[in-house]
Amino acid sequence: MSTDNHVTTAGKHHHAHHFKDAWHEFISAKEGIWLFMVTEILMFGGLFVGYFIYHMKYPEMFAEGASFLDWRMGAFNTFVLIGSSLTMALGIHYIQVGKNKAASWALITTLACGAIFMVVKYFEYTHKIHLGLLPGKFFAYPEAVSQNLAMYFGFYFCMTGLHGTHVLIGMALITWVLIRNMRGEFDSHYFTPVEGVGIFWHIVDLIWIFLFPLLYLVG
Amino acid sequence: MGSAAGKNYINEFAGLKSWFTSLDHKRIAILYMISVLTFFLVGGIMALLIRAELFSPGGQFLTGDSYNQVLTYHGAIMVFMVIIPGIPAIFGNFFLPLHIGAKDVAFPRLNLASWYVFMFGAALAVSTMFTSKIDTGWTFYTPYSIKTGTAVVTMVLAAFVMGMSSILTGLNFIVTTHKLRAPGMTMGRIPLFVWAIYSTAILQVLATPILGITLLLLAAERIFGVGIFDPALGGDPVLFQHFFWFYSHPAVYIMILPAMGIISELITTYSKKTIFGYTAIAYSSIGIAAVSFFVWGHHMYVSGQSEVAGVIFSFLTMLVGVPTAIKMFNWLATLYKGSITFDSPMLYALGFMFLFAIGGVTGIMLATLGLDVHFHDTYFVVAHFHYVMVGGTLMALVGAFYYWWPKMFGKMFSETYARLSFVFIFVGFNVTFFPQFVLGAMGMPRRYFDYIAPYESLNKISTVGSWLIGIGFFIVLFNLIHSLLKGAKAPDNPWGSKTLEWTVQSPPTHHNFDHDPVVTAGPYEYR
Repeated sequence: MSTDNHVTTAGKHHHAHHFKDAWHEFISAKEGIWLFMVTEILMFGGLFVGYFIYHMKYPEMFAEGASFLDWRMGAFNTFVLIGSSLTMALGIHYIQVGKNKAASWALITTLACGAIFMVVKYFEYTHKIHLGLLPGKFFAYPEAVSQNLAMYFGFYFCMTGLHGTHVLIGMALITWVLIRNMRGEFDSHYFTPVEGVGIFWHIVDLIWIFLFPLLYLVG
Repeated sequence: MGSAAGKNYINEFAGLKSWFTSLDHKRIAILYMISVLTFFLVGGIMALLIRAELFSPGGQFLTGDSYNQVLTYHGAIMVFMVIIPGIPAIFGNFFLPLHIGAKDVAFPRLNLASWYVFMFGAALAVSTMFTSKIDTGWTFYTPYSIKTGTAVVTMVLAAFVMGMSSILTGLNFIVTTHKLRAPGMTMGRIPLFVWAIYSTAILQVLATPILGITLLLLAAERIFGVGIFDPALGGDPVLFQHFFWFYSHPAVYIMILPAMGIISELITTYSKKTIFGYTAIAYSSIGIAAVSFFVWGHHMYVSGQSEVAGVIFSFLTMLVGVPTAIKMFNWLATLYKGSITFDSPMLYALGFMFLFAIGGVTGIMLATLGLDVHFHDTYFVVAHFHYVMVGGTLMALVGAFYYWWPKMFGKMFSETYARLSFVFIFVGFNVTFFPQFVLGAMGMPRRYFDYIAPYESLNKISTVGSWLIGIGFFIVLFNLIHSLLKGAKAPDNPWGSKTLEWTVQSPPTHHNFDHDPVVTAGPYEYR
């Protein structure tokens, strides 16, 4: 990003009346998005703190819980999401250099990666529901060694569930900027929504990169 | 320097739709004002019901269960729907952009969305009153909140949604303060109200997400029984208290910091003197915000946390007294040799200083480990936080209404009735809550709907006081409404204030400033 694009040559988009120029609007929006990302990380932070406390208290139980998770599926999903971060970043790059069509393809690929992630998650969930590995009062797995194995799956479903919700929200947001891009609303002077959705998507990936080892690779 | 056409933000567009779709920060402030005042009326009626029930020992007209419900709604409404949104969403919205010389907040559409999100959460909360009224207290402590058969999930989601609105408002204000200051308006020249709103916004953004996840986990606990807070499943109910107060103690400062900002404005304006120690007051706001994250354990001295943790939290809690005292002493120093006029907003400011001093000092008493074991869960605590929340925040809120009303609506109110309302609220407040310190010291537990005979006379005094407060607030309401209908036209700067909002016409135009202001000096250039 260079600072020399705060000129009125930006074709379709006009900055709001309380900003000096388009650049002023862009950096303000970006700061707002980053602040919102801080709140996302803090919200997941509560879950991570709970995880660490109970992991310290019941290490064997967590190890047993993790043994029911297929690390290959988790690893596959990790690569899918990291790949989607790359295509998201490429999408923003293509808009910046004026290649809107390429940007659309990059966004579609990102969307597809999100969908693959959710499909894998769906198979993982149905497998666990089938075995009765469910949180709290729905737990119905007869051969559990640890007494409170249900708690592990409480964490598993809360953490991946909240994360999965964010993936779905992210996919909805990507669809929104994709449609706007195909309508030609973005150009090298105005792409704030794409940048914002991109930041959101990267944070969602980042949270998964922490969830994967904590849930799949312990013990 | 008003514009000749007589246009202002109120009459520029007409019709209800123009209000409900307005992106103007001033109009959104008015939306918040009407909603918050309505909720305040509901919460206030609950308070009067509580005091009426406690007029005599034994059940009067409430059962134990219905008393618990009234108590819960009083707390939840006053905290989540009145005091937390109160000053930031009304006066922050209206005056933050005017104070820093901006045309609006950074994200006007998000600002309107925050109001809708807030109203959606409030509607959810109010809806539980008509289904199964919750009885957990506003703190939703586990394990009771997991077991009770009332609408905890709906209420908790309502608080989550309102928390989201709080986050979005805070985020908006931080970016506005960073990015939209007028030329020359350095951070060292922004009014102290802006410093206070800015510090509050930091707390709103950093603390509220923790409440969010705590409430989601509580909802998950009730729906799935995940066991994180349930000892029967290997969980820990005290963890809920840790999570809850990690938000809710900073939230206490979300409630008081904006009030302190208002007091800074009022004290300097009505002393006609440059505020003493601008930098110290500004940084003490940030200081309070920072320390507030490390004191949550003082709510849990008797919840079974370790003694070492108790000692550390006790020390850290007393640390909050330092930046708070810095503010008090600087206000006092501002008064010293000032040309003081006792206009009604100033009366409220002085009332704030008096009551907040009592609230603050009793806070230090409660922070002391040994004393707290005696005072914990007694009326002493109730009196303490009402001295801070009502004697502090609500006094400042009413003061702010009187101070800024002429600017917001272009009308002058009756000074006589304004002073009368102060007498009723100030006297009524002390009559209501001072006896509760004594009751607490005598050992009367809080939250009970009944008490033994020795507590009766002080409870009667306290209830009579609540009627005086009620009368006082109604005088405020009638005075302000009357001014809208019959009030004299307000000049642009009735108090001789120096901050930027008084340089524009009353009420301001849609764009706030006819010419973009250029700032060349600090905010309080009196003498």
